[in-house]
Amino acid sequence: MERRDFIKLGGYGAGALMLPISGVAVSAEQLLDRPMDVAQKKKLANIALNAAKAKGATYADARIGRYLNQFVTTREARVSNIVNTESAGIGVRVIANGTWGFASTSNMTPDSIARTAEKAVAVAIANSKFQTAPVKLAPVKGVGDVSWQTPIKKNAIEIPIKEKVDLLLSVNDAAMKNGANFINSSLFLVNEQKYFASTDGSYIDQDVHRLWAPFTATSVGPEGFKQRNGLGNPVGMGFEYLEGKEEDKIRVSGANIGYKNSYDIIEDAAEAGKQLKAKLKAKSVEPGKYDLVLDPAHLMLTIHESVGHPLELDRVLGYEANFAGTSFATLDKWKSKKFQYGSDIVNLFADKTQKHSLGYVEYDDEGVKTKEWDLVKDGILVNYQATRDQVHMIDQNESHGCSYSQSWRDVQFQRMSNVSLRPNKEDLSADDVIKDVEKGIYIAGRGSFSIDQQRYNFQFGGQLFYEIKDGKIVDQIEDVAYQSNTQQFWNSCVQMAGKSDYRVGGTFFDGKGQPSQVSAVSHGCPTTRFNNINVINTARNV
Amino acid sequence: MTILSEKKSKELLTKVLSFSKADECECNLDGQVGGNIRYARNTVSTAGEESDVTLAVQSTFGTRTGVATINEFDDASLEKVVRRSEELAKLAPENKEHMPIFGKQKYLESKTYFDSTAKVTAEDRASAANDSIQPSKKNKLVAAGFLEEAVRFSAIMNSKGLFAYNTSTNVDFSVTIRTEDGRGSGWASRNYSDYKLLDTAEASEVAIAKSKGSVGAKELEPGKYTVILEPAASVGLLGNMMRAFDQRSADEGRSFLSNKGAKEDEPKNKLGQKMFDERVTIYSDPQHPIAPAAPFGGDGYPRGRVDWIKGGKIANMPNSPFWAKKTGVDYQPRGGNIIMEGGNESLEGMIKNTRRGVLVTRLWYIRPLDPQTLLYTGLTRDGTFYIENGKIKYPIKNFRFNESPIVMLNNIEAMGKPERINGNMIPPMKIRDFTFSSLSDAV
Repeated sequence: MERRDFIKLGGYGAGALMLPISGVAVSAEQLLDRPMDVAQKKKLANIALNAAKAKGATYADARIGRYLNQFVTTREARVSNIVNTESAGIGVRVIANGTWGFASTSNMTPDSIARTAEKAVAVAIANSKFQTAPVKLAPVKGVGDVSWQTPIKKNAIEIPIKEKVDLLLSVNDAAMKNGANFINSSLFLVNEQKYFASTDGSYIDQDVHRLWAPFTATSVGPEGFKQRNGLGNPVGMGFEYLEGKEEDKIRVSGANIGYKNSYDIIEDAAEAGKQLKAKLKAKSVEPGKYDLVLDPAHLMLTIHESVGHPLELDRVLGYEANFAGTSFATLDKWKSKKFQYGSDIVNLFADKTQKHSLGYVEYDDEGVKTKEWDLVKDGILVNYQATRDQVHMIDQNESHGCSYSQSWRDVQFQRMSNVSLRPNKEDLSADDVIKDVEKGIYIAGRGSFSIDQQRYNFQFGGQLFYEIKDGKIVDQIEDVAYQSNTQQFWNSCVQMAGKSDYRVGGTFFDGKGQPSQVSAVSHGCPTTRFNNINVINTARNV
Repeated sequence: MTILSEKKSKELLTKVLSFSKADECECNLDGQVGGNIRYARNTVSTAGEESDVTLAVQSTFGTRTGVATINEFDDASLEKVVRRSEELAKLAPENKEHMPIFGKQKYLESKTYFDSTAKVTAEDRASAANDSIQPSKKNKLVAAGFLEEAVRFSAIMNSKGLFAYNTSTNVDFSVTIRTEDGRGSGWASRNYSDYKLLDTAEASEVAIAKSKGSVGAKELEPGKYTVILEPAASVGLLGNMMRAFDQRSADEGRSFLSNKGAKEDEPKNKLGQKMFDERVTIYSDPQHPIAPAAPFGGDGYPRGRVDWIKGGKIANMPNSPFWAKKTGVDYQPRGGNIIMEGGNESLEGMIKNTRRGVLVTRLWYIRPLDPQTLLYTGLTRDGTFYIENGKIKYPIKNFRFNESPIVMLNNIEAMGKPERINGNMIPPMKIRDFTFSSLSDAV
């Protein structure tokens, strides 16, 4: 990703965050303006579609987008930054001579839009010289005029800045009072107002909201220093996510508190302070084979890396070979209908329809209605994630609805949908999963993660590690990371908790493509057990 | 409104400042024009051109600061953006770490602009991509690559008389060439300021050779190996280490540069201490002839040559104006590039002098494990070979590594001539006892 796409928030050092910013900063009240109504968007979109067709495009779509972000960052008792950004414009994608072309502009005059559409056609025609396989689109029936909004209760952007600042400073105070020496906390709000129109006859207006409130607390002692990140998740929700309701708290005996559909960030910060003190004194893990019990806020990232990415069809086909990589889950494995991705209790599904998830929309960025489908059923690889121009390559004629672009400025392409692990039909709790483990480690929260370019070999850390002995959590330990191979790992899955324990976690900044684009995606799962996994010790003397 | 000249930038920013009613006002004007082409499966997949100019205005009343940005440049819009930043400043809380903006500065001559890069057309890009695809096809291999070039300008003016202006150009090319059966993969990348230097056919030949040569990789036991890291293999680890260089976090006890358990009267950080092999010297220099950088940073403060590591000792740490003042040291902004001094050995010479070792093309998915020791993990990718008795013996399966650049820079056996990579200059290095922890089946 280009450095110019980032701004650095939260000061220097370990707590600093690099964030992709696609917009320009505006004042808070500006964010609430609705400068363009749907009728006007339709008129402008039609100008683009007609101009593209007039120049010979056989298909065209136009995305008129207004992308709003707000970032509030703090450290200890101080606000580091308040940034409001806005970005508006139109992106036009066409097929001409069987080849894709794309152009975008922030100049929204009718003339500029028509010229942008013509430029997209010119790019398509220029590139068609080297095209060897004409684009083939799966059919989509136009849906006419429709609209959709993320079901939010409190629009986070409308909450006064002061309330947000006060919340974050309370978070910092709670962590510092309980043992942290330093803390960076932030609030990131995203609102994508996007209008999609295509020559198929769809005019889709969507208003998408996302929120994330991360923190990193640090404690320094004579032994060195330790860090603990918040256990909350980025979500497709409004400010109500930060209400931290009791019914959304899941307590694991002897370990951490997990959060379901709302997050008590002040409580989590206080817990972090206490756990940091324990981390400084915790014993270092003895490397070896352990049964792992992984909490949902941790396992979500393992799913993301070891299931979500390898089952993206563009990776399988080689379109990402020069950047993100390809995939071990090749077409022959899928065609065999026998490839044992995981043990027979492993059921992994994809969707962009799950409530509170980051991927939740009614239509993707090429006008395909979203749905749920199986990727791994009873342990067997059964499908991939694909877009309109890809599904014919796996002998299917209906797109999965996986098209996304990070802004009006960038071309849409295949991105990961939500990918989730189905819970146990028996409604077991996390404690039920732990109780049969003789020698194990319970891991909570996402930590360091690294996986190879075909998604075989991975290594994951976490935020909190607890030793399990004879069915009980006994002690907080440190320096834990596990190394495994995707297929081996999922085949070692022996048990999982039920639907009451199922939680949706996610990531705001999944990067892919050249030029690189970010995407937000969620992964639901219950607390799950994996047997006999290789654990290494990450402490080192230098 | 694309690349504004120094004169035009000055006129525009003078007008912007004339609208300001704040105690202090600083404006940054940044713009770029660029294009890209992407290909995969030996055919073009996407291509695009983009241009953008953004004006950011920072207004300050006392210690309250607000920033607003706009990309429209009529007089009304310019006044609006100033007013917005002033409104935000009034809403912002007091910042006890606020520092005043800088006054007029003198800058070194800029070396960052090359006209050849500014003149690249869509046809040039298509033809460069074709020069990579055709040899790949001829060899019955599959190419996926990306070429992107841009010309940028940056101007800063403030109410204390500071004015800075720079133009720069950059071109990035990378290609991955795989065998049709997916058993071999090779990669090469090139990065220049001057487009004239780019030869995509030459780079693709390197990737082709590595792709063919990597077929039939054998397994080697994980463990500690002597490695020869090409510049692309070590730049990730070195870049991570240099990003972790920071005086404040060192002084606060949360950095590998902290003096762990320092008493009240002891230095809080490791400035001046020897941490690496004495051959290690790393610095930043905006006037480097091959990897130049802008002569000023985003706050308009001049950049000059600054040593970060000299003769293995910590020579300087970047800080902020606030932290510099608090600790009574000079302000030391981050540099615009990383220049590492090398040695005289060629890559071939290093291989020839290796009894048993591993040649690494590049490292992938590097992630931190422990910020105290700078331990990182990641994997080798796109060309990993076993060396025995001075010769490349056979391709080997990729490894996961768990290693710290601190250890790496203490275990140097030999270094070659630095090469430009990602805007930095990094030498190929021969390192003993590099830790590989497991095998990967990925090709």
